[in-house]
Amino acid sequence: MSGFLEIRGLSARLAGTGQRLLRSVDISLPAGSVRGLVGESGAGKSMIGKAVLGVLPKAVEIVEGEILLDEQDLLKVPPAERRRLIGAKAALIPQDPLTALNPSRRIGPQITDRLVDILGWEKARAASRALEVLVEVSIPEPERVMRLYPHELSGGMRQRILIASAFAAEPKLIVADEPTTALDVTVQKQILKLISQLQARHGTALLFVTHDLGVVSKVCDTLSVLYAGKVVEDTTVQRFFAAPQHPYSQALLAATPRHTDPAASLQPVPQAVIDAAMAEVAADDAAWRPQGGAHG
Amino acid sequence: MLDGRGLIRRRAGARLWLSGLWLALFVLAAVLAPLISPQDPLAQDLMLERLPPAWMAGSEPGYWLGTDSLGRDVLTRIIYGAQVALAVALVAGLATCLIGSALGLVAGFYRGWADRIISRIVDIWMAFPPVLFAILLIAVLGTGLSSVILAIVIIDWTRFCRVVRAETLNQSKMDYVHSAKVAGFTRLRTLLSEILPNVLPTIVALLTLEMGIAIIVEAILSFVNLSISTDQSTWGGMIAEGRTSIHQAWWVLVFPLIALFFTVLSFAQFGEGLRERFDPVLR
Ligand SMILES: Nc1ncnc2c1ncn2[C@@H]1O[C@H](COP(=O)(O)OP(=O)(O)OP(=O)(O)O)[C@@H](O)[C@H]1O
Ligand SMILES: [Mg+2]
Repeated sequence: MSGFLEIRGLSARLAGTGQRLLRSVDISLPAGSVRGLVGESGAGKSMIGKAVLGVLPKAVEIVEGEILLDEQDLLKVPPAERRRLIGAKAALIPQDPLTALNPSRRIGPQITDRLVDILGWEKARAASRALEVLVEVSIPEPERVMRLYPHELSGGMRQRILIASAFAAEPKLIVADEPTTALDVTVQKQILKLISQLQARHGTALLFVTHDLGVVSKVCDTLSVLYAGKVVEDTTVQRFFAAPQHPYSQALLAATPRHTDPAASLQPVPQAVIDAAMAEVAADDAAWRPQGGAHG
Repeated sequence: MLDGRGLIRRRAGARLWLSGLWLALFVLAAVLAPLISPQDPLAQDLMLERLPPAWMAGSEPGYWLGTDSLGRDVLTRIIYGAQVALAVALVAGLATCLIGSALGLVAGFYRGWADRIISRIVDIWMAFPPVLFAILLIAVLGTGLSSVILAIVIIDWTRFCRVVRAETLNQSKMDYVHSAKVAGFTRLRTLLSEILPNVLPTIVALLTLEMGIAIIVEAILSFVNLSISTDQSTWGGMIAEGRTSIHQAWWVLVFPLIALFFTVLSFAQFGEGLRERFDPVLR
């Protein structure tokens, strides 16, 4: 089945050095479902999210592959059209609520600007929509909050506002890049639940970047395990937690605390598994030939 | 409740009001000079030379701060000197600010070749000692108020450019800029309505500082007789004249010096106060 978001054979590298950052990544995300992207730091999770949203750093170049958003290949349309497509159909829930809101602008316009200037809504409609989503994320006194500056709100409140802002234009796809890591543990749970609820209610496809398998088990339907920019396992959450297939996934799962049995001893990822995964990636590299955009 | 933050805010308030009050007096004096001056600024009267201020023995009524060696009223000349100071502060300050800030924003936000060119020019510019640079420029441009203003702009735009570029660079790395890109806003829109509001408090503080600096530079150039013609009242010119008769008539030197000092100080303090008051992050 063809997903709302289809990434096919996506490879990216660091311009100049030629170091590969993404290795023929395939990801399929049907409308309304949630996929987790897990893997250790530096595995390329954020890179995939940035590629989808068209905000890769300048130093990173896409070598080949397709990113189909609603059946249109983002890599084949001109940049202006790409910006418009992404702006209209996708949104981001950022990681750090402290810097993701503009400190010198009031909350209200930060939500409505995009609706009015990019999507061409009437001002009044945008304002009432902003109130609506703020209520939906349980912001008390939303009219008052719209007039406040970010520094007048707590981290948890700001993250709620960013979530509201992401959902405001009813995007079909949301990329959430570790949306709770910057928050208090107690707040994390509420925010996760909130994202889950809104995603289900609005039928939004969600690409959820995290390194926390506990979060994956709560929020996601499917997941991709990344190692050094390569998807080593692509599976459903049930199957993954019942019986992970790839040795690296098994080790990752063994290294994660279980809520059912927090006392169980944690196994760090064994060196042998890392070596095997590295060897696999190296073999992959040896067999790989850049194919100048197309893939076959 | 009187916590630390409240105390800082109260101090910031006093700073803003005191400096604002002085600047208001300064602007009023400049604008209303012909109406409020007790004497004619150019009227020389050798019978009235070196009169002391009103509270000293030998003073004449109507000459509150005394007269200079040509018998001209010091208070009147200070008031008329405010006109030149205000013109220099406004024109030179704003022009310097506009040019320097615009280049700094472009360099810090767009990076690339624009940044390389602008930053290189700034580096070269900063290698010149500013006062020497100014005197050199005046020698080329000729004396006069517009030359003084032009020289200040040519020399000082780098001050804005450097600071604004660094601040813009910082802001560009923030996640809200990233989010604006995801949302599909144009680069120019992101620069003007996302980044500029965050750099603005710094620009305003620099602007008021620059206004004070412009007044000092003009005073220095008047002092070395490179500014406007000597028969027009300027604070720098008065200080230069006062210096020659410091032992017979200290007031000719001291009062314009006080006016200069408080005005420059007030500009700097006013900018700092504004920043504290209006920067939502500091607040
Ligand atoms: N701006 C950049 N320029 C060059 N290389 C980069 C840049 N950003 C990231 N990288 C490299 O790309 C690789 C993938 O980075 P990415 O940010 O996707 O990791 P991640 O899986 O999100 O890790 P984390 O859990 O730490 O966020 C890393 O090796 C990183 O060093
Ligand atoms: Mg990341």
